[in-house]
Amino acid sequence: MSNHQPPMPQAPAAAAPDWQAAPGGQYPGYTSPIPVVRAHLGHALASEWTKIKSVRSTMWTLGVFVLLVLGIGLLAGAVVSNSSSSMDDQSPLQLGFFGLLLGSMCIMTLGVLTTASEYGTGMIRTTMTACPSRSRVLAAKAIVFFVLAFTITLACAAFVAMVQNAMVQDNGARTPTGSEWFKATVGVSLYVALLGLLSLVIGSIIRHSAGAITIMIGLLLAPLVIALFMFAQSLHKLREWLLEYSIPNQMSVFYSNSLSTTGPSGWEPLWIILGVTVAAYAGAFALLRSRDV
Amino acid sequence: MIELAGLTKRYGEKVAVDHLTFRVRPGIVTGFLGPNGAGKSTTMRMILGLDHPTAGDVRIDGKHYDQLADPLTYIGALLDAKAVHGGRSAYNHLLCLAQSNGIPRSRVGEVLEAVGLTAVARKKAKGFSYGMGQRLGIAGALLGDPRILMFDEPVNGLDPEGIHWIRNLMKSLAAQGRTVFVSSHLMSEMALTADHLVVIGQGRLLADTSMADFIRQNARAYVRIRSPQRERLLDVLHEDGITVVEAGGDALEVDGGKAEQIGELAARHGIALHELSTQQASLEEAFMRLTAESVEYHAQAGPEPESAPRDWGAGWKGV
Repeated sequence: MSNHQPPMPQAPAAAAPDWQAAPGGQYPGYTSPIPVVRAHLGHALASEWTKIKSVRSTMWTLGVFVLLVLGIGLLAGAVVSNSSSSMDDQSPLQLGFFGLLLGSMCIMTLGVLTTASEYGTGMIRTTMTACPSRSRVLAAKAIVFFVLAFTITLACAAFVAMVQNAMVQDNGARTPTGSEWFKATVGVSLYVALLGLLSLVIGSIIRHSAGAITIMIGLLLAPLVIALFMFAQSLHKLREWLLEYSIPNQMSVFYSNSLSTTGPSGWEPLWIILGVTVAAYAGAFALLRSRDV
Repeated sequence: MIELAGLTKRYGEKVAVDHLTFRVRPGIVTGFLGPNGAGKSTTMRMILGLDHPTAGDVRIDGKHYDQLADPLTYIGALLDAKAVHGGRSAYNHLLCLAQSNGIPRSRVGEVLEAVGLTAVARKKAKGFSYGMGQRLGIAGALLGDPRILMFDEPVNGLDPEGIHWIRNLMKSLAAQGRTVFVSSHLMSEMALTADHLVVIGQGRLLADTSMADFIRQNARAYVRIRSPQRERLLDVLHEDGITVVEAGGDALEVDGGKAEQIGELAARHGIALHELSTQQASLEEAFMRLTAESVEYHAQAGPEPESAPRDWGAGWKGV
């Protein structure tokens, strides 16, 4: 044979039993020119930031939130300032309460969608393949969402509070103290953002957008509505408790105009929602680890 | 290199994957074949750490999936085309994946170009056809230029041009030394792309063999004969020591490629032949024989057609 070739190992398929002896270490194969980066939480945060800003539902929920908070807040200020009613030495900050209460539903919806929509679309499988550390995925989502929700809420609440304060100066409202300002802006924004974070965690547990949103809206409104219809004397205590610890009443504590004189006061609502959210987060994390995606 | 050792997944009473043990080696395309519901996708999800195995172990180059520091640059997977948020554009979908693994942003444009989606990069994924969704999934798998690639039913929904493209893609990826693991329920598709074959049915390993061996063992060649003097022909063949199988209708079948011998024999005895042809049993048939017992979802069989090859029915009872 003129073109005889030296005996060659056959194709990789046939040489299978020897593959471990091949050069390139124990696991030979293709080596990419792309630099290998050890992925960490920073990468996950960048990824989640891209995700949250690249879907229209974020723009919708936050857009409606801004409209509600600014619209209702400014309307309330205008009504009071154009009427002859006197604020009777009350803090003008409480005018911002109702807009933020309605707006919180948008933040809760966005929170749920951040996690649950990935299950609805199947995106979660792609996410978990790209980042096998489930704790990192949940943490990145929680951080990105919380910072976004807090920033937007704070900006809106602070703006509305300042404008309202200026509008109702002539109606006999007193000038709020620094700590009242702090509670009605930073405090209530932390509360609303935590409420959103709780929704995000519930979304991760329920894995179903509509279901989780229903649960959260129910949590927001049901205790107050149920309490309003509890006329029986025997249920008086329960009724009181439901009223005092309902989310709207807890939110109003930040404006010092609680429905009742007992119940949570000062910064207590913030510690309550923080405790509940931390507990739910721990539960969501445990479930995320044990469940199949 | 993917190594499965006794991998098992149970959902309550139902066993989806039953003690699977095999290796997927680099440098070749390994086909992962099984009927619907055989456990292919479940196996792939366990490889990717999405589902927890009930028992057994699966490792990628010696590591569990969640121990990979750079998963996307190590292993790229197309699980199903639906694993995308429909409201996000193709570009942003790939960008968030790239960012999660620290892959340079420039790769996004490169893989979009590679799968032919550049023109619709800014369009929302929910407007994509199934084939385009499949291409987006493949782009995601290629994003990290990984050394291992897994494709679950990649040709589904692709047009002929797309099927041709994915076949060549898989072959070229393997030729670069990468591990390519591709599932399908179509034997004919695997015969064209895979070098090695892993067949499962009802979660159990049925075959782990090279494609060439599988073809050699399963692609039965036989000679099909029809003659108006059927009885005489049978006698003549019998005298010559040739084993004949009576197929449906008036046809006879002889295993092995002996067409010339039979033709000459018939001529010597003056027997007229209406047909003398060498036939090749399809690999699809071989695959169906192999998995017949383990097909999960049997369609209700209609009345068997008269002309069904005899061997067909035998396979269902015999295997």
